Amino acid sequence: MLLEIENLHVKYGNVEVLHGININVDEGEIVTILGANGAGKSTTLLAISGLVKISGGLIRYKDEVLNKTPAHKIVRRRITQAPEGRRVFGTLTVAENLNLGAYTSTNHERTRKNLEWVYELFPRLKERENQLSGTLSGGEQQMLAIGRALMSDPKILLLDEPSLGLAPLLVRTIFNTIKEINKSGVTVVLVEQNARAALKLAHRGYVLEVGNVVLQDSAEALLSNSEVYDAYLGGKG
Amino acid sequence: MEEFFQQLTNGLAVGGIYALIALGYTMVYGVLKLINFAHGDLFTIGAYLGLTLLTSMSLMDSLGVFFGLLLLVLMVMGLVGLIGVLLDQIAYKPLRQSPRLSAVVSALGASIVFQNAVMLIYGARFQVYPQDILPRIVINIFGMPVPLIRIMILMASIFMMGALYFFIQRTKVGTAIRAAAEDQGAARLMGIDVNRVIMLVFLIGPALGGAAGLMVGLYYGQINFTMGWIYGLKAFTAAILGGIGNIPGAMVGGILLGVIEALGAAYISIAWKDAIAFFVLILILIFRPTGLLGERVAEKI
Repeated sequence: MLLEIENLHVKYGNVEVLHGININVDEGEIVTILGANGAGKSTTLLAISGLVKISGGLIRYKDEVLNKTPAHKIVRRRITQAPEGRRVFGTLTVAENLNLGAYTSTNHERTRKNLEWVYELFPRLKERENQLSGTLSGGEQQMLAIGRALMSDPKILLLDEPSLGLAPLLVRTIFNTIKEINKSGVTVVLVEQNARAALKLAHRGYVLEVGNVVLQDSAEALLSNSEVYDAYLGGKG
Repeated sequence: MEEFFQQLTNGLAVGGIYALIALGYTMVYGVLKLINFAHGDLFTIGAYLGLTLLTSMSLMDSLGVFFGLLLLVLMVMGLVGLIGVLLDQIAYKPLRQSPRLSAVVSALGASIVFQNAVMLIYGARFQVYPQDILPRIVINIFGMPVPLIRIMILMASIFMMGALYFFIQRTKVGTAIRAAAEDQGAARLMGIDVNRVIMLVFLIGPALGGAAGLMVGLYYGQINFTMGWIYGLKAFTAAILGGIGNIPGAMVGGILLGVIEALGAAYISIAWKDAIAFFVLILILIFRPTGLLGERVAEKI
């Protein structure tokens, strides 16, 4: 098991938003976490990245417990996140954003290869290399957020709603790229509202409801599950 | 013409000093969104430490004027930078999670502590820099005499600003500082240790402010424990003028304010010198609150 989340509790102030969830991620998988707004999907990713404090349970990565590891050191363990809302540095150029993605890297050769790879995945970024990233379109910013995360050479890539606010055609491009990234050996944890696209891409999925895991199964099984169909795939509603 | 030229060069030198102090305000504001009201007093401490080191070590005699001054500047910058880091650790760091106003109150308190500490150690009277340090050379530029010290101050401040600009724009750590100023959470997701960035900002800003204090001591020859108040306010005005949080803005704002003030004092009235500076502040706040260079891009939502 590459990443194990065991009985994870997270509180914002006095309000508990994760009530002891369990999620496992195997090497090479794409695991998707589905759920409505406020279910705790983003909080789960932020907890893994060390940006929110854990109030109970544990996060284990390759036999190392990461509960107290600060965010900047998590990246050094090669767990990187492309956060919700992209959060690219708008006053920095595209190239500067990508170079910051490799902030923890000391291997210049490796960084150069990663940059080539990112430009191959997203040729649009290469075209806009010297443009301030605040001036990019939403889709381009999403490409930059993913590209920037890849620059750290991650073992696990955490993606928080990469399809948010994007046109359907662009969503397909982004999801195809995620598949390609996974094929190159990167384990992916994908948080999504777009359940159908996510389940078509993923190997396994978890469904979160108000801070609890209510369902977990293979992606195919979840796709044909009637509860999931009704609640998340635009069924009877 | 001669009068204008003299006032212009004087304004540029004073402007360079304002700019160096303004950088400390703007860098701290950039990463913490805090106006460090104790910054003016770090400038004062720079002036006093410069005086102490100058009178106690006789650096000029052993190293010559140039290397003596260089070592003096470096020592003052190092010491004031260190005090800046300690200030942050003691007065601001424990308040990071508190409402922003708490840190502002803490800054005002730190300012009072610094000011009184300087007064208790050095006394409340004006202190005089030794007048024989720099040879009183006057250089002719376009046939007009300009004191050497004025040119040295302008060159030194331009050099420091250039070095800072290069560091911020071109190096990895400098880029990390800009990233942390824009979005601390995202910066941490890149593996940037934001606490280290803050520490670095509290090292660089006060170091530049301390150097400015030394320059004022050398330029005007006398210093006082309250001098940080008015210089701090002027530099704060310069930072707002350029756009608070914007590093090139602080440089431009400082130089511009120095020149406006010098020319205003010469052609309107010397008594209005301070009033002119704050009039500029009011105009900027009314007509361009983000400053001359503020808000480089509109962020997309």
